[in-house]
Amino acid sequence: MIQPNPELNLTKKDFQSDQEVRWCPGCGDYAILNAVQNVFPELGIPRENFVIVSGIGCASRFPYYMNTYGFHTIHGRAPAVATGIKVTRPDLSVWVVSGDGDALSIGGNHLIHAMRRNADIKVLLFNNRIYGLTKGQASPASELGKRTKSSPMGTTDEPFSPLALALGANARFVARSVDVFPPHLKGVLAQAAQHKGSAFIEIFQNCNIFNDGAWRGWTERDVRDERVLNLEHGKPLVFGAKANRGIRLNGFKPEIVEFEGEPPRDLLVWDEDNPEPAMSFLMAGLGDRPGFPMPIGVFRKHEETTFETRVHAQVDEARSKAGSPNIQTLLEQGDVWTVS
Amino acid sequence: MQTLDHVVVRFAGDSGDGMQLTGSQFTTSTALAGNDLATLPDFPAEIRAPAGTLPGVSGYQIHFSSSDVFTPGDNADVLVAMNPAALKANIGDLRAGGLLIVNTDSFKQKDLDKAGYQVSPLEDHSLDRFQVISIDLTRLTRQAVEEIGLDTRSADRCKNLFALGMMYWLFDRPLDSTLNWLQKKFGARADLLEANRRALQAGWSYCEATEVFHERYHVPRFPTTSGLYRNIAGNTSTALGLVAAAHRSKLPLFYASYPITPASDVLHELAQLKRFGVITFQAEDEIAAISAAIGASYAGTLGVTCTSGPGMALKTEALGLATIAELPLVVIDVQRGGPSTGLPTKTEQADLLQALYGRNSEAPIPVLAAATASDCFRMSYEAVRIAITHMTPVILLTDGYIANGAEPWLVPKVEELPEISVSFRTDPENFFAYERDPQTLARPWAIPGTKGLEHRIGGLEKADRTGHVSYDPLNHEHMVRTRAAKVERVVDLVPDQTVEGDEAGSLLVLGWGSTYGAIQGAVRRARSQGLRVGHAHLRYLNPFPKNLESVMSRFEKVLVPELNMGQLAFVLQGRFVRPVESLTKIQGKPFTEVEVLNRILELAPGSNGKGGAA
Repeated sequence: MIQPNPELNLTKKDFQSDQEVRWCPGCGDYAILNAVQNVFPELGIPRENFVIVSGIGCASRFPYYMNTYGFHTIHGRAPAVATGIKVTRPDLSVWVVSGDGDALSIGGNHLIHAMRRNADIKVLLFNNRIYGLTKGQASPASELGKRTKSSPMGTTDEPFSPLALALGANARFVARSVDVFPPHLKGVLAQAAQHKGSAFIEIFQNCNIFNDGAWRGWTERDVRDERVLNLEHGKPLVFGAKANRGIRLNGFKPEIVEFEGEPPRDLLVWDEDNPEPAMSFLMAGLGDRPGFPMPIGVFRKHEETTFETRVHAQVDEARSKAGSPNIQTLLEQGDVWTVS
Repeated sequence: MQTLDHVVVRFAGDSGDGMQLTGSQFTTSTALAGNDLATLPDFPAEIRAPAGTLPGVSGYQIHFSSSDVFTPGDNADVLVAMNPAALKANIGDLRAGGLLIVNTDSFKQKDLDKAGYQVSPLEDHSLDRFQVISIDLTRLTRQAVEEIGLDTRSADRCKNLFALGMMYWLFDRPLDSTLNWLQKKFGARADLLEANRRALQAGWSYCEATEVFHERYHVPRFPTTSGLYRNIAGNTSTALGLVAAAHRSKLPLFYASYPITPASDVLHELAQLKRFGVITFQAEDEIAAISAAIGASYAGTLGVTCTSGPGMALKTEALGLATIAELPLVVIDVQRGGPSTGLPTKTEQADLLQALYGRNSEAPIPVLAAATASDCFRMSYEAVRIAITHMTPVILLTDGYIANGAEPWLVPKVEELPEISVSFRTDPENFFAYERDPQTLARPWAIPGTKGLEHRIGGLEKADRTGHVSYDPLNHEHMVRTRAAKVERVVDLVPDQTVEGDEAGSLLVLGWGSTYGAIQGAVRRARSQGLRVGHAHLRYLNPFPKNLESVMSRFEKVLVPELNMGQLAFVLQGRFVRPVESLTKIQGKPFTEVEVLNRILELAPGSNGKGGAA
């Protein structure tokens, strides 16, 4: 298991590789890379114990720019590769970097199974709601009706809610942040790193070439205070530039309450460590409700025994029962006879 | 008591009649009696097809002898048919004069209807050329167990043990091995244990008391190399080879797979071996299985995955990744009939070209094949040795026939197996991820957690030596050729091709994989007729042994028998630019000796050219 060591004296520079970063100028990925390079030195984990695994897509070039161990694998399969790494080497800090096409489309099966198994893998989903590397086709996160090269009259399929998918797959840590909110992003990444178990972090990311303004209306400076709700554990759900609006439940339906002064007592108080994910689901879909703000922050954080812990417990149990098993004896068991 | 050199027995019944169990128990007692043997389980793809119908027939054939046995036998000497459907499906394989044992209790009109008989074959003289032993097995079994007070259904389930008891009497076998096995299986259920015991004993006693058989048979012990023997099926043998290789290389074994017939037993075997540090991972799909195995290998563990044809197709892209990432990985393909779902429980050798070439672009991979059930041990061990020595994925081909069939295995001493040495790179001085060992052309195995070796690899083309991403045209060509050269270097680990029978002569029968037994038997018979025939059996299909071409050139003709449309023949002709004769069969069944022999007789000078072995 990972033993944090605060005396490593690592800096951001230690995590920058010698490779030239080759995303399009203005891509949201730069900010995410910057945040990760800022957070990793602060985790107390030796640099050689980080492994970053990726699939295919713009986001998946990420490992090349991090001076850690890195494996750029094939389209959609990074969670499966990462599972093989983590289950055989629980001492490593294993991160998956993926995009909305890689994780939600071709790799959907691996993503959900990695989450439900609860291997201690951190999945970063860079969500720009478009296929960037293949130059602009619709993704499973694209809004219904979106016009792209592959959907000139608009898409005809409903998108996934990545967070609802992760929650449905029983990811134990589920969070959302935004490329252009660096302090918030760093905070979420640090919390994910400290969580033991499967983690899924959706990061809103802009693709200024093929889907500029991917999160327009939510994340620009002049609207974000009004339209983004920051989930904070133990605090009431309050948003707005003047912090004068809140969310409360009317039956099963959320509603917005305006107030002056202290928040009313009937506002929802955020509990990220709720074994019941119902509230987390509600928050995952909140932004889709007309007039409601887009929540960011930690939607769920619930620790349970990890997959690799269970696997190794079985191996340890079998070993302790067997004493020191002999391989020759193994070969010689069953229906045997001696010819002399 | 009459002494026989060799006997073929087939048990056939409904798939719920316990025929596989009966056959495997008879096999155990045969092995303990010291006979050489080969078996062929033959079961339907449906777990429970409608009872009593032809698709529901399950069979188990065993060939045992006081001399070498190469195949499960072409024709049966003894057929036990538990119902009309089993009789109908199998009677064609019983030799004239053979012994036929039928359960008359299951020959009522409705049973005959299900099997499509208008008239009972027991009454229309269609079985006159056999020695028919009609026994009311169901009634006798119920009688034997009635004191125990089981319900009828449970009582009837013991009738396979009654039949087994009869076979033990017929072939002069003690009941001990099966009694011990029953104790283990039913120890917790005293009533079932006792019922099965009584049924077994009753079958034996019935023969002893009634003289239902005119004769009793004894097959003497097979004189063989001294040592400890074990009866082993191919999938078990494969699993043990992997564990032995992990042990010798001092690497933990990580085995990831997705359930698929006929490969799943390898997973079942290894899942029981956690005490040896084995981690088994039942992945969400075939792609995840190989991907997780690649991840494990990347992190410094021995990553292995195993599947059958359709799963192999799904793993293709990941095999390319392992090739360019140059990581050790073993992929086992237990071949079955195809394409698509094909014949899941039947055997075939039609994945050879898929294994050799079935990837995008230039992605050469060493390919090995096991010849027999026990050979799976040696070849899975070899696959690991090559994968680690050359930092490459390796494909091992076995098939449904040897995966499920069993044979005696002279158990090797683990410490006498070839060495497998692993050295992880630890020195950061002058470390380059794609710098090669001059001998093997392997790149260093630099695993996460090693200080100072942080580096990135992946599926994009690598720059020579540094391993950085490179789109340089000349570098790409250099890397493609280097990866191919590395696989060619594997030949240094490949033993020279040996020839059994004549070392030179008129015809070389060149086989690969599970056809070993049929070819071996056929070549012996041809040589006993004075023909100059040799048998070479390929275990290394890429790269071929260094001397293969010269071995082929010592014979006037080369015959390549395969359970496909001629895939190895195609490769050999392209590779060595010389004609070869092809013998093919695509019926989901192995070759019989006679099929191979007939072709040998057609081709080898000195024969009458008309074939037609007796």
